[in-house]
Amino acid sequence: MSADTDSNGDAGGVPGLHESDVVKIPRGVRLREDKTRGGWVLLAPERVFQLDPIAQQVLMRVDGERDIAAIVDDLAQAFAAPRERILGDVRRMLADLITKNVLEVT
Amino acid sequence: MNTRPEAHQSPPMPPAPIGMLAELTHRCPLQCPYCSNPVELTRKREELETETWQRVFAEAAELGVLQVHLSGGEPALRQDLEALVASCAEHGLYSNLITAGVNIGRARLEALADAGLDHVQLSVQGATAEVNDHIANLPGAFDKKLAFAAEVTDVGLPLTLNSVIHRANLRQIPDLVELALELGARRLEIAHAQYYGWALQNRGALMPPREQVMEALDLVEAARERLKGKLVIDAVVPDYYARLPKPCMNGWGRQSLNVTPAGKVLPCHAAETIPGLAFWNVNEHSLGDIWQHSPAFNAYRGTDWMPDACQSCERREIDWGGCRCQALMLTGDATQMDPVCERSPYHDEIQTLAIVDSKRDDDFTYRRFSRQPA
Repeated sequence: MSADTDSNGDAGGVPGLHESDVVKIPRGVRLREDKTRGGWVLLAPERVFQLDPIAQQVLMRVDGERDIAAIVDDLAQAFAAPRERILGDVRRMLADLITKNVLEVT
Repeated sequence: MNTRPEAHQSPPMPPAPIGMLAELTHRCPLQCPYCSNPVELTRKREELETETWQRVFAEAAELGVLQVHLSGGEPALRQDLEALVASCAEHGLYSNLITAGVNIGRARLEALADAGLDHVQLSVQGATAEVNDHIANLPGAFDKKLAFAAEVTDVGLPLTLNSVIHRANLRQIPDLVELALELGARRLEIAHAQYYGWALQNRGALMPPREQVMEALDLVEAARERLKGKLVIDAVVPDYYARLPKPCMNGWGRQSLNVTPAGKVLPCHAAETIPGLAFWNVNEHSLGDIWQHSPAFNAYRGTDWMPDACQSCERREIDWGGCRCQALMLTGDATQMDPVCERSPYHDEIQTLAIVDSKRDDDFTYRRFSRQPA
């Protein structure tokens, strides 16, 4: 696990997650709308993650094919926001969900 | 929203439940002495029909339930399990099969996966055949579980391993962590026994010594940190030795409900031990009606029912008063504060009781159906 200490050039200070990485929602985890409470949720074994609108926008682009760079490009364009800032937010969020075992790097 | 004056006669719609435990049957090939089913088990002829469960799943989704835990007994003893899983999928419900894994072959597992099953939670009673099969009182069970776990991951379904922890297997926690990794589980539940029903009867055989419990907690914490991103470890803490009560069910009638094999809807699986509570049945009421209006759900919902000491406590919406069933069992009054809380006058008594029980040498009373009534 020595790669964990690699923080060279990692926007958002997230170790071990690169722009060229592709992440996916694994089987057993489902993204869906929660009509009763409003918003979207990520359903995992015995856990429900209520997503804020930003997390929802990110996860809706996680398809197991596009890499993080492509997702960030798309978000930067869709929301006319600075790419660097979006990259930091996206990496932080994805790394957190990977640690919680509800996302995987392919 | 109805704001007419008579509206006060009807309680306001509480926040929607997130999870539903569907106890499809009480039949089970295992006889674990801590089973969460009631001591008085429901027989097959009283079980709900397929169509009724399917209606309940539709109503659950409508009400806002997101996850359904298909449990028992052994849910795979229901011949209609595939149809029930399909019904969950049809209504967008996340389905979790909670099984002992001793009676589901490859073909059936594939059929369940095809029906839309989201996740499998497999129980193990220990990390070795000797311990596992003794606790389950079923020779050969462990080997079947291992084979089943391999099939689950081979089919591509995510696997959680669940183990109820007590004196007879507490030393095996490191082995259970290894087993979970070997079997390709993504999640491990280390659930210390909770002493209701069968486990209460077996407390003298199950209660672990305090020092071992504390050691186990540290061990689980270390493993959780070490395996972050690889294996999620969730722990249910052994509360007799605790200082603060568990937030039982995250609050009574707040997030989840439990449907028994015969269709009674309970705020938690042990709620029937509280005398005087009226539980409504899905055969007579819709799930939404029960959630909002059933007297049992409203009995301890929110904080109004709490004794003064709890109402003025800053943790009232963290602990939600702890566990009502435990308060009843240990103090004789379900409206008392959970005696696990260090502010309870019964707190010391509970700790002493646990220590005394941990030194006893009782044999298991295995979970069985009572003699057939005439």
